[in-house]
Amino acid sequence: MTWETVIGLETHVELATKTKIFCGCTTAFGGAPNTHCCPVCTGMPGTLPVLNRKVLEFAVKAGLALNCEITRYTKFDRKNYFYPDLPKAYQISQLYLPICRNGAVDIGGGKTIRIHELHMEEDAGKLVHDPWIDQTRADYNRCGVPLIEIVTEPDFRTAEEVIAYLEKLKETLQYLGVSDCKMQEGSLRCDVNLSIRPMGSDTMGTRTEMKNLNSFKAVSRAIAYEARRQAERIEEGKRVIQETRRWDENKDASFAMRSKENAQDYRYFPEPDIPPIELSEEWLQSLKDDLPELAEEKRARYQSQYGLPPYDCQMITSDKALADFFEALVDLGTAPKQASNWIMGEVLAVLSARALEAKDMPLSPKTLAKLIAMVQAGRLNRNTAVKVFEAIFDADADPEAYAAAHGLEQVRDTALVESVVDAVLADNPKSVEDYRSGKQKAFGFLVGQVMRQLKGQGDPKAVNEILRSRLS
Amino acid sequence: MTVTPEIVDYISELSRLSLEPEEKASMTAQLEQIVGYMDVLTQLDTAAVEPLSHVFPLKNVLREDVVVPSRERAELLANAPVPDQEAFLVPRTVD
Repeated sequence: MTWETVIGLETHVELATKTKIFCGCTTAFGGAPNTHCCPVCTGMPGTLPVLNRKVLEFAVKAGLALNCEITRYTKFDRKNYFYPDLPKAYQISQLYLPICRNGAVDIGGGKTIRIHELHMEEDAGKLVHDPWIDQTRADYNRCGVPLIEIVTEPDFRTAEEVIAYLEKLKETLQYLGVSDCKMQEGSLRCDVNLSIRPMGSDTMGTRTEMKNLNSFKAVSRAIAYEARRQAERIEEGKRVIQETRRWDENKDASFAMRSKENAQDYRYFPEPDIPPIELSEEWLQSLKDDLPELAEEKRARYQSQYGLPPYDCQMITSDKALADFFEALVDLGTAPKQASNWIMGEVLAVLSARALEAKDMPLSPKTLAKLIAMVQAGRLNRNTAVKVFEAIFDADADPEAYAAAHGLEQVRDTALVESVVDAVLADNPKSVEDYRSGKQKAFGFLVGQVMRQLKGQGDPKAVNEILRSRLS
Repeated sequence: MTVTPEIVDYISELSRLSLEPEEKASMTAQLEQIVGYMDVLTQLDTAAVEPLSHVFPLKNVLREDVVVPSRERAELLANAPVPDQEAFLVPRTVD
């Protein structure tokens, strides 16, 4: 039997606001337990949550970029459950009137993934079991951090499509500046709803939901594992049970969560503490006007405006910080292809060697523009420039000063080059003889001798020219 | 509406409450009374009435995204039945 896998995704994204969704506590990552907390986010009785304007605006921007319809009259709802990661015993979320609905994401290859809805909600706290006292410790620093949950229709058929969608989503949200989407810090996490059915069938099988997927690799492996597990069950004549499963990355397997955690009856009702939101036409328009140029638009523009090859466009726009860096270089007068070559070569190599993200790059565009200009002007040869680049990268030092201090500028004193050429010719009569009798190799040797005397700082082009004119 | 013992079992499970048999019996009767009191509402024709979620005519109550110092941890933990120096302690809930 050939099976078709059907997948839908629920992705939670932490928004890059400074404060929590309903109180002024910081959203900074880390911090000692329960030090980013107040009576509101620890669920003390009698407190009043007030919505952060930025959360609403970020959610609308994300919805616009994902081609959603924006709900002009939106409300929050209470999702009730008893679990100590939420001290109020309910989560403020959206069920009845989510802020965005009916979107679509083009993941390439002619495939579009429909977005069912996008809603705002608060994140939960962290529970850590302490085996010594056999009790669970609750840390509410993350409790109340704003999230958007993006729910797709069951439109995926392969793990590759899921990854393509997540990459597109991450890229879009990073460009919008609404989230840093760091999976390792939990600011982008997804749950996979998966079922299988015989190829060609149009009825849905029983699905399971997999949680705790915190890397693209985990998503891929969990999908492969779960599709195989369900197929094996059905082929053994068993049923797939609708359940929530937890992915264990170390064991490379998923496990059913206890049924008690599964008891799902959230008894949603309208959140009385948060008055409804009405988005005016002007407000919505101002958010639309405020949308930045997204990666796809940049790729098209770099090709048409700068004539960059598609590969370059793809590489440079893969990270908004790199694209910003590229545009800054071009604005400073660097030729686009030069800028792109440096970014794809030296910049990415040094970033990866230092395990740095592009947005944390110490080197300024101004410094690199100056260095590239020195190469263009023939003051540094390309190899020396790369060494200078690596030396000045961390301190964003002045390339001119560095080259001068280390005597790295190319010798542009023609008289000096000529005298060195003459000396080399005089010292190597055999090679001169060889060259004149047609041995091209001898020319290379002579160039090498001249460069050696100039300590590698000769301008190869000038050395070639002078040598050739002397030998002709 | 009739409140059955099964409904009481279900609600107590959701509420993480364990009830003695005699408590369950009295709870069933009391819940029946409470819900029965609301039954009068079902006599109203609400077909043309927009559901009301908020009593006051307020909308767009928002705050700016400006950090306010958090509360002293000791002060927050003082409200918890069982804290340690850093955290709220609860019965074992994770494996």
